[in-house]
Amino acid sequence: MTATAQALAALVAGPPAPGPAAPGRVNTVLNLTSTVTVAGLYTAGTYLLLQRALMRVLIGIVLLGHATNLLLLLVGGKSGRPAMSGNYPAEQTSDPLPQAMALTSIVITFALTTFLLALAYRSWTLLGSAEVRDDVEDHRIQQLEERLEAQYAHHLTRLPHLSHPRDHPRAAPDQPGRPDGPDDHDGADDHDGPGGPGGPGGGRTVGGRE
Amino acid sequence: MTAPGVLVVLPVAGPLLAAGLTLLLRRHQLAQRVLALGVVGAVVVAAALLLAAADAGNPAVAHLGGWPEPIGITLVADRLSALLLLTSATVTLAVLGYAVGQGAVDERPDGNSTVFHACYLTLVAGVALAYLTADLFDLFVAFEVMLVSSYVLITIDTTASRIRAGMTYVIVSLTSSLLFLTMLALVYASTGTVSLAELATDVPHLPPGLRDGLSLLALVVFGIKAAVVPLHFWLPDSYPTAPAPITAVLAALLTKVGIYALVRTHTLVFPHDGIWPLLLVAAVVTLLLGALGALGQENLNRMLSFLLVSHIGFMLFGLSLFTAIGLAGVILYMVHHIVVQATLFLTSGLITRYSGTSVPRRTGGLATAVPLVAALFALPALGLAGVPPLSGFVAKVALLQAGAGAVEGAHHAGVYAAVAAMLVASLLTLYVMARVWVAAFWRRPRPAHPDPDPGDRLTVGTEAVSRAMIAATAGLVAVGLAIPLFAGPLAALAARAADDLLSPAAYERAVHSHDPPDSHELPGGHDLPGGHGLPGGHGLPGGGGPPAAGGPSVRGGGR
Repeated sequence: MTATAQALAALVAGPPAPGPAAPGRVNTVLNLTSTVTVAGLYTAGTYLLLQRALMRVLIGIVLLGHATNLLLLLVGGKSGRPAMSGNYPAEQTSDPLPQAMALTSIVITFALTTFLLALAYRSWTLLGSAEVRDDVEDHRIQQLEERLEAQYAHHLTRLPHLSHPRDHPRAAPDQPGRPDGPDDHDGADDHDGPGGPGGPGGGRTVGGRE
Repeated sequence: MTAPGVLVVLPVAGPLLAAGLTLLLRRHQLAQRVLALGVVGAVVVAAALLLAAADAGNPAVAHLGGWPEPIGITLVADRLSALLLLTSATVTLAVLGYAVGQGAVDERPDGNSTVFHACYLTLVAGVALAYLTADLFDLFVAFEVMLVSSYVLITIDTTASRIRAGMTYVIVSLTSSLLFLTMLALVYASTGTVSLAELATDVPHLPPGLRDGLSLLALVVFGIKAAVVPLHFWLPDSYPTAPAPITAVLAALLTKVGIYALVRTHTLVFPHDGIWPLLLVAAVVTLLLGALGALGQENLNRMLSFLLVSHIGFMLFGLSLFTAIGLAGVILYMVHHIVVQATLFLTSGLITRYSGTSVPRRTGGLATAVPLVAALFALPALGLAGVPPLSGFVAKVALLQAGAGAVEGAHHAGVYAAVAAMLVASLLTLYVMARVWVAAFWRRPRPAHPDPDPGDRLTVGTEAVSRAMIAATAGLVAVGLAIPLFAGPLAALAARAADDLLSPAAYERAVHSHDPPDSHELPGGHDLPGGHGLPGGHGLPGGGGPPAAGGPSVRGGGR
């Protein structure tokens, strides 16, 4: 974002003198309304992108897409010029290249929005929720921490005694036959990739299938 | 269009056309497979011819539709593009053979085929376009073509875990694409062009703050694609969920295309004088975090994904030096890593097939049960770690030499740290691979686990390995072995490509080398606004100056 702000600031200031100025060259001044709109769309889009619900993320992507498309149009120069060549001198017509780029990017963001919608729907039918899932690694670390905490609490309560080693099951996740990770369950996980032992993906997979 | 022109278009247009045809042939699986293999094979041949032409100092150029360079779509195959295209095409051919051998990828119970072949061919076209394009906006389009195919491939035959992984992947990639578009808009606003050759002459005239901002934005955009720490978090979560051949091709190619874009833009458009400390720090962090992440994994695919992140750091280091030998090391490393990373994921697929699990700890004794798979794993694994005389050794020596050459200058502490990090990352890679070897290939043999999820046809089957899968993997291993065998010529080629990279004039010459004599006249003689179509609309000396913001109406200069 800093880069964007910096670049926009430089744009407002105008480019350095490029040697001999071409005839008919107009120093582009940014349209304030469009600029504020673009900035607002970027802000709202970024905020929504950081949400947990998939629908909000999706709307965030849509808003960011609009922001970039508008920005592309904005950099095309002064608005309100004729788009078609022929009736006016070339200097007075608008620049077609950003419009072509904006058109391309509109098509791409449109297609990807529908794909993302389909994916969100699939996620809803398979997982029963349309939220961004926990990171597998985070989940494992969290589990490990909980197990260690349980063990530590255990230690605290039994501190005066010399406890039997059997009361301290190893916290390592690779302990076979631990209560929450039977072997066959593990197998399903390996097979699907992440979701490592007891990961959220694996657990949900089984639930979703049933 | 001249013969080289056709050659340079073929790697992009061929697979795209074939992708459409495979959709028509959805009831004829044999025809689909033959068509896909034939087209990717043709791309390999075309890439080899392009490389020969480029190395002879005669890079192939095509102006699509006859539109001249600044506004039309131009494809250029210089040494770097052609070399990477050849490597990538070879890998995609082998992986396609593997996928066909695996069979289950493209069959549905109702006899129709899935969209696998269409998506795979589109991916090949996107990768080729990314390497060949001479235009920043086409690079964006190439990324989108590639990514959209990969979205479908990663979520093909959706299971819950693939949906979860695919969601992360799609959202992260989309965000980076939108950032890319933002960068394009800002670049266009400040220079009035998106052609790489013109940017090379225009961007140095921009104010330094603006230039650095754009350069940073490019680093973030391509850093997400290339999985540079801290922008790597999506990768180990999303790639391993897909079936082995898909993971192999995505892991081998997509990150490398990101590195290629980083190398191309930062040598041509945003060159640095001497070392770029930011990239150097990113390289060190990427090297160490990736390798340490791999240590904590149990699943072979996730281990390989973290190692992939770690080894991105090697390429970042070479680029951060901005010296000819550093860039030559990057090119060598990319060639080596594309081949070896794909091979390892394919071997991981073979191991899963035999043992029913991709967690090495849960299997054992595979060395005696399937010695061929053991050999196919050991060679690329040692190659990845850089054990001499395998391919990683050659590439790492080049990078270490580049590091040794740079310790004299500024930032020498950073260079020392990076060289140390590279050695540590190599050692950790070796350690991780040795652990996999001990767990999966030694110890007493264990019976194969039954297929845990017969409903999912993509990674099904235990001990069900076809000859084609073995042959494709063995072929890639052989390619990996050929790299050190031809290390001398390859290193010389990489050095020549690096020299090209460091002199933007060479790229510009390549872009304009095959301009048709009448290229300044547009088809149909339309007078485009902005004077593009007029004589001198491009290639005039005056056209190189930085135009005013917001319009190419000054591009013509002389009007």
